[in-house]
Amino acid sequence: MILYSLTFYLFSSVAVLSALMVISAKNPVHSVLFLILSFVNASGLFVLLGAEFLAMILVVVYVGAVAVLFLFVVMMLDINYIKLREGFLQYLPFGALLGIVLVIELGILFLTDISSNINSTKMPLEPRIYDIENTKMIGEILYTKYFYLFQICGIILLVAMIGSITLTLRDKGGVKRQNIDNQNSVDALNAIDKKKVKLGEGIQ
Amino acid sequence: MKTSLLNDIIFPGLIITAQILAVVVPVLISVAFLVYAERKVLALIQLRRGPNIVGPFGILQSFADALKLITKENIIPSGSNKIVFILAPIITMVLSLAGWAVIPFAPGWVVSDINVGIMYLFAVSSLGVYGIIMAGWASNSQYPFLGALRSAAQMVSYEVSIGFVIITVLLCVGSLNLSKIVMAQETVWFAIPLLPMFIIFFISALAETNRLPFDLPEDESTLVAGFFTEYSSASFVLFFLGEYASMILMSSMTVILFLGGWLPPFDIFPFNAIPGVIWFTIKIIFILFLFIWVRGTFPRYRYDQLMRLGWKVFLPFSLFWVVATSGFLVYFDMLPK
Repeated sequence: MILYSLTFYLFSSVAVLSALMVISAKNPVHSVLFLILSFVNASGLFVLLGAEFLAMILVVVYVGAVAVLFLFVVMMLDINYIKLREGFLQYLPFGALLGIVLVIELGILFLTDISSNINSTKMPLEPRIYDIENTKMIGEILYTKYFYLFQICGIILLVAMIGSITLTLRDKGGVKRQNIDNQNSVDALNAIDKKKVKLGEGIQ
Repeated sequence: MKTSLLNDIIFPGLIITAQILAVVVPVLISVAFLVYAERKVLALIQLRRGPNIVGPFGILQSFADALKLITKENIIPSGSNKIVFILAPIITMVLSLAGWAVIPFAPGWVVSDINVGIMYLFAVSSLGVYGIIMAGWASNSQYPFLGALRSAAQMVSYEVSIGFVIITVLLCVGSLNLSKIVMAQETVWFAIPLLPMFIIFFISALAETNRLPFDLPEDESTLVAGFFTEYSSASFVLFFLGEYASMILMSSMTVILFLGGWLPPFDIFPFNAIPGVIWFTIKIIFILFLFIWVRGTFPRYRYDQLMRLGWKVFLPFSLFWVVATSGFLVYFDMLPK
């Protein structure tokens, strides 16, 4: 029991602290690294809830792929830190408004009876052990009850992918591309063109 | 129930520590012998003698190298981002050891037999890129940075096809648990019905561990030493150990997914008398030998060819095999229950 609560407090406090560091770190690369730490701790919390499949998916998708590309972009940017600070006051009211709205929404969720109905605030610290694995449970719901929603998600992702490809794909002229089939089909007969060169005249 | 400090925390803690040591120490020792084996095999391929001075047949060479490196001065470049610079090799090393927590060496011989074992391995191996990116960025130097960028793009690309290969295997098993994946291969190892996927997985594993012919992140002929150019002494040792430990981890993943883990090749007398852990080790050594053999044989890929292979050859092919395998299993009603 005590181990569960200790690990819970460890994961949650590190997650909250690193989330704070994401917005307060001066260097954007440090922000992304803290974001990754926050993701990893969130997946630890998922494990404590007994949702090990979600935890692993969080690490594979967000940490292993999305955050890598994120870090990639942030590292490539040439960021002027002083200029970045200047915009702080300008965006402060809007950011504060968003934060307040979020806090109020969470407060409503905790204070009203909605939460006790869906039993989300009273989750036990210990993972509940079910007879079937939760990978199987998710699969059985996702591909039957929510099948159409799942397919729509897939289509949205496909559209987003095609959109981003059309936005970034530019066909600049003068790019030499390697055609491997052409290279492989070359043999001695068609690679070399034999010509008789007359002395003093060269090839016309 | 009253919690007692001794029974609930100290004893389980001691047992887990003992289990971790029982896995990590052999892994680190086998890393040392893997480095020695690699140098010996490469030497044989190139008709040289290889290390032959330290100990009988030079067998203690790697230990001597490690000692030499650790006693050297650890240089941290003044323009570097110091915390990230020191953190990067530690992360690489820790991640390459963390994956061993779920590897079943023999029936029941596993530190943590979790339901999502293969997902955990996939997650840990996909995190490995962070050590490299952080090292490249924190060094504040051009060559490491180029190495880090190459590695980020390369690992993300090859992970996609590794994911599809894993899905194909899972379709045939019906569980994400590594022990169940091994037990599903009792009749036939997956390397036989899924041979093309086995080959794709092996090549992607080479790319994932940054081994030749895909070692563009540390391409010494163009990038000095790639992402660890600025590293020296103990932090370099950590990168080196991490790379070889993740090589062994990837080959044990190959063995579990395709070569039947601890199972003997034939379930008849002289084979099944040998304990499972020995079969497991023999298979890992075989895959590691392939890693070294490939290194000694193939030239390094050019970067655009590497990307082409990942996205335009492996991805469509593995996607096709996922569809074909699931179609086959559904049509002949062979899906695992």
